Amino acid sequence: MAKGKVVFNEDRCKGCELCTTVCPNKILTLDTKKINKLGYHPATVTNPEECIGCALCARMCPDCVIEVYRE
Amino acid sequence: MKPVFTRPRSLADVTTHYCPGCTHGIIHRLIAEAIDELDIAERTIGVAPVGCSVLAYNYFNVDFQEAAHGRAPAVATGIKRALPDSVVFTYQGDGDLASIGTAEIVHAANRGEAITVIYVNNAIYGMTGGQMAPTTLAGQKTTTSPYGRDVKLCGYPIRMAELLSTLVAPRYIARVAVNSPAHVQQAKRAIKRAFEVQVNDRGFALVEVLSTCPTNWGLPPKKALEWLEENMIPYYPLGEFKVPKEAE
Repeated sequence: MAKGKVVFNEDRCKGCELCTTVCPNKILTLDTKKINKLGYHPATVTNPEECIGCALCARMCPDCVIEVYRE
Repeated sequence: MKPVFTRPRSLADVTTHYCPGCTHGIIHRLIAEAIDELDIAERTIGVAPVGCSVLAYNYFNVDFQEAAHGRAPAVATGIKRALPDSVVFTYQGDGDLASIGTAEIVHAANRGEAITVIYVNNAIYGMTGGQMAPTTLAGQKTTTSPYGRDVKLCGYPIRMAELLSTLVAPRYIARVAVNSPAHVQQAKRAIKRAFEVQVNDRGFALVEVLSTCPTNWGLPPKKALEWLEENMIPYYPLGEFKVPKEAE
């Protein structure tokens, strides 16, 4: 059971990957199958069950794309 | 599930024009968080600079005034003196504050104007296309120093936080970085402190924030964070250079 949950505002993502570098469980990646409104591959979570809700990704995101929830 | 991280109220819900990975966005958010936490949004007035952050007034849900290049501290002085109960902050880059606006910042600090200055140092001119700034590191390649900055010809990169901390009047001067979650947390505390100093002590406060410019440094955003850590922090040490007396 996941302790945390991340919600992406995908159309705001510029695909800079700062969130993917700081995720302690390395469960964030760019979704290369998708292109958002700005023309970038948006960040997504590969394995949502492993999210611990630490919010490091959200704190590094320059575009306030990520909202984080925890149990 | 309870929210642990959401967009601060004072940060406008819009897409910014900044390049992917540009840390202006993080710094904007930290300012908005500080404004929310101190509950001062209704009386806050920002002063926007010239540079990449020239459109900063679009990104905050507070009142804003645009200033001529480098003159934000002078404009902020006028606003603060006319409306002493307002909370006034300037948001300036290194080309704005450390180059064309050096006179304004030095004298605003020396007069001890009760304003908060957020000074974003990314060691390059961003908006105009990556020219050498006063803060460009020795040997750093830019479009106007293609062989690296030659300190014999162009002088040494200027450390504004240290320079201003030699003045008597400023109450709070610190340098922080936003290249890692830990540094972002430190930056958050320093920025909040800089607003508190204005609100409680009515003194001048400046926070220099080391920032990245992936586009003009020619690096992917992830590598730019490492470049900042390895090259900028050794020359621009982090820390608080001046704190209010009672807190010493």
